[in-house]
Amino acid sequence: MNNIVIKAENLGKIYRIGSAEDREKTFREAITDMAAAPFRRIRNAFSSPVSNDVNPSEFIWALKDVNFEVKRGEIVGIIGRNGAGKSTLLKILARITEPTEGKVILRGRVGSLLEVGTGFHSELTGEENIYLSGTILGMNSNEISRKFDEIVAFAGIERFIHTPVKYYSSGMYMRLAFAVAAHLETEILLIDEVLAVGDAVFQTKCLAKMKNITGEGHTVLFVSHNMAAVGSICDRGVVLDAGRILIDSGMQNAINYYEKDVFQNKYLSKPIIERTDRSGTGDIILTSFRIEDEEGRKIDRLPNGHTVKLVFDYRTRDEKGAKNVDLGILVERESGERVFQLGTRFTGQQFPYLGSKGSLTCTIKRFPLVPGRYRLGTYFQCGSAAADYITALTYLNVVDGDFYGSNYQIYENETRILIDGTWAHQE
Amino acid sequence: MPFKIMREFASHEIIIEPKRAWIAFQWKELWRYRELLRFLTVRDIKVRYKQTVLGGLWAILQPFMSMVVFTIFFGMLAKIPSDNLPYPIFVYTALLPWQFFSNGISNAGNSLVASSHLISKVYFPRIIIPAASLGAGLLDFLIAFSILIVMMLYYGIFPGMGILLLPFLMLMIVIAALGVGMILSALNVAYRDFRYVIPFLVQFWLFATPVIYPASIVPENWRWLINLNPMAGLISAFRSSLLNTPILWNDLLISGAVSIVLFILGISYFTRMERRFADII
Repeated sequence: MNNIVIKAENLGKIYRIGSAEDREKTFREAITDMAAAPFRRIRNAFSSPVSNDVNPSEFIWALKDVNFEVKRGEIVGIIGRNGAGKSTLLKILARITEPTEGKVILRGRVGSLLEVGTGFHSELTGEENIYLSGTILGMNSNEISRKFDEIVAFAGIERFIHTPVKYYSSGMYMRLAFAVAAHLETEILLIDEVLAVGDAVFQTKCLAKMKNITGEGHTVLFVSHNMAAVGSICDRGVVLDAGRILIDSGMQNAINYYEKDVFQNKYLSKPIIERTDRSGTGDIILTSFRIEDEEGRKIDRLPNGHTVKLVFDYRTRDEKGAKNVDLGILVERESGERVFQLGTRFTGQQFPYLGSKGSLTCTIKRFPLVPGRYRLGTYFQCGSAAADYITALTYLNVVDGDFYGSNYQIYENETRILIDGTWAHQE
Repeated sequence: MPFKIMREFASHEIIIEPKRAWIAFQWKELWRYRELLRFLTVRDIKVRYKQTVLGGLWAILQPFMSMVVFTIFFGMLAKIPSDNLPYPIFVYTALLPWQFFSNGISNAGNSLVASSHLISKVYFPRIIIPAASLGAGLLDFLIAFSILIVMMLYYGIFPGMGILLLPFLMLMIVIAALGVGMILSALNVAYRDFRYVIPFLVQFWLFATPVIYPASIVPENWRWLINLNPMAGLISAFRSSLLNTPILWNDLLISGAVSIVLFILGISYFTRMERRFADII
C-alpha cells in the first residue's frame, strides 16, 4: 500500500467555455458578487459544483472519471492529442488548479516542470536565475548551492553566469533553464513536454538525466507528443482522450493504441477544415491537402526517386490576407522520430503577403525516403506566431520508385534517407 | 538517498480535492515556502531599478519631490496648518508610510496578474506574490527614511518616548497594506477593471488621509469617520511618534482595529479565490 505514491480517484475537472467576454465579468458584477458571497455560501452548501440553473453546453469536462495509481519509481508516459486532458491532469497533480470532483493522494514532495524556465527573469543574471527558478520549482537554497556547479556545467554556460539572461542566446537560455529543471529531485516529478525543445544533443542529455533520476527511486509522470521520447524512457503508458483514460498499459502498447485507434479513427477520417487537432492563432488555416505527381495528377502513394508535389490550400481569417507567412512540413517516422523538415525559412522563401485564399505547393524532386509509412505534420506561421499547426496531418505511404534506377530493393534498416549520390573510380 | 526519501515520505502526504467555499488559511504551508518569499522579494528589489541611471536614489526622489511640491502648494500657498511643525518635515514624515502603503497596494494589486506565467505553471502559496511586492517596498521605505533623519537634524526636532511605538505602527501599516493588497490582487485576477481602479483609489485615498493636513483640522465628532480609513490613525500616530507630538490614542485604536479587520477580510477572500487563479488568470 505504501508503495503507491499517486492515487487518483474519480478525478474530474470542468471548465467553462464560451467567449472571453462571457468569462471576464465586470467590476459591477464583482461588487454584487462580494456582497452576495455570504448568501452564496449557504446556497453552495446544498448544491453540486455545477448548479442546475446553468446551460450545460457552456461547460466541458476536461477530465472525467480518471482513476489510476502510480507506484514508487515508475515512469509513466501520458499521451493523447491536444485537448485530451493531459495538461489538466498534470496541473491538478501539481496543485496549480483544483479538481471539480474526485480526490488525489500524493505521497512525497512534488515537483512540476510545466514549462522551460519557470520563474526566469530576463533582467537577472544566470546565477540569480538558478536560485530563483530553483526555489520556485521547490528546491531549498542549500540544495541549490550544493548542485550549483553541476547545473552550470550541465548547461555549459560557465563564462556567462554573471550576465543577465536577456543577453543570452536562445540556446543558452534553454540549456540553463533545462539544467535547473533537470536537477530538481523531488520524489514525484511531473513533466510536461519540456523536452520537446532544445537541440538534439542536449535533448539526449536531458533524457539520460531523467532516466538517472528515476533510477534513484523517484516517480515521474511525463506528458509528451514526442512518441520517441516517451517510448524510450517510460515503462508505462496512459492514453487520454476527451478527458478519459482509454488505455493504461505498457508504453509501447499505449503508443500503438494511440497511433492506430485514437488518431486514425478520430481525426484522419475528417475533412481537414473540420479537424480540431490543431493549434495556433487561426490567422491562416489549412483547408485541404493533396499529393500530386510531376504532371499534377493526384496520387496516394509517393514513389521515391520521383518528383512529388504537396499541395496545401489555405484561407486567411479575413479578406485582408496574411503577411510574412512561413510554412513548412515535418516528416516523422511512426515512432515519432523526425526524419526531415522543409520550411520556407530554410529555403529563404517567406511569403511577404498572401491573399485571402489560394494554394501553396511544396515540390520535392527525387523524393528521398525509404518505403514505409511516415507521419506528415504541417505548420503555418504569420511573423513569429504559429497560425495553424497540425502535428499529424496525414500519413505518407512511400513506395519503392527505384531511386537509384538500379533495381536494388532498399530496406528501412539499411538507411533512413536516400542520398542523391554516385560512385566513381579512378586509377 | 533512499533513507532520505523514506523519511520525507512519511512527512508529506498531500490530499488534493475540491475545497469548500471557505477554508482556513494554510499558515504552515506558507512557512514551508518562506524561502521563496525571500527570493521573490529580492528579485523584485533587484529588478526594480535595473537599467536606471539613478537606481536606488529613486526611492528617495519620489517622496522628496512630493514633499517639495506639497510644501509649495499646500504649505506655502494654501497655508494648511501643520500642528506648529515646519511643513516640509510634517509632510515628509507622513509621506514615508503613505508611499509605502500606496505603492504597496498598487504593486501588490497588479502583482498576481504580472506573475500569471508562474501561477499557471507551478504551485506555491499564492499569497507570496503580493507579499513579496510589499516586501520590496520596505527597502524603499528604509532608504527614504534616511532623508528624514537628515531633516530631523536640520530642524532640530527629535522623537520622544513615542518612538517606541514605531515598530508596532509599521507592523500595522504592513498588515493593512497586505490586507488591501490581497483583496485588490485577487479582484484584479478575475476583473481586470481593477487595473484602472487602483490608481484612482490611491489618489482619493491620499486625500482621505491626514498626510498633507493634520488630523486636528477634522472636527472632533467626525474624527471617527475619517479613522475608519486605517491609514488615517496609523499615519497620524506615525508622525506623532517621530516628531514628538501627542499621540491620538482613540484615532489609533479605531484605525488599528480596522486594519486588522481588513487583513482578516483580505486573507479570507484571497484564500477563497486563490484556487481559481490558475483557471481564470
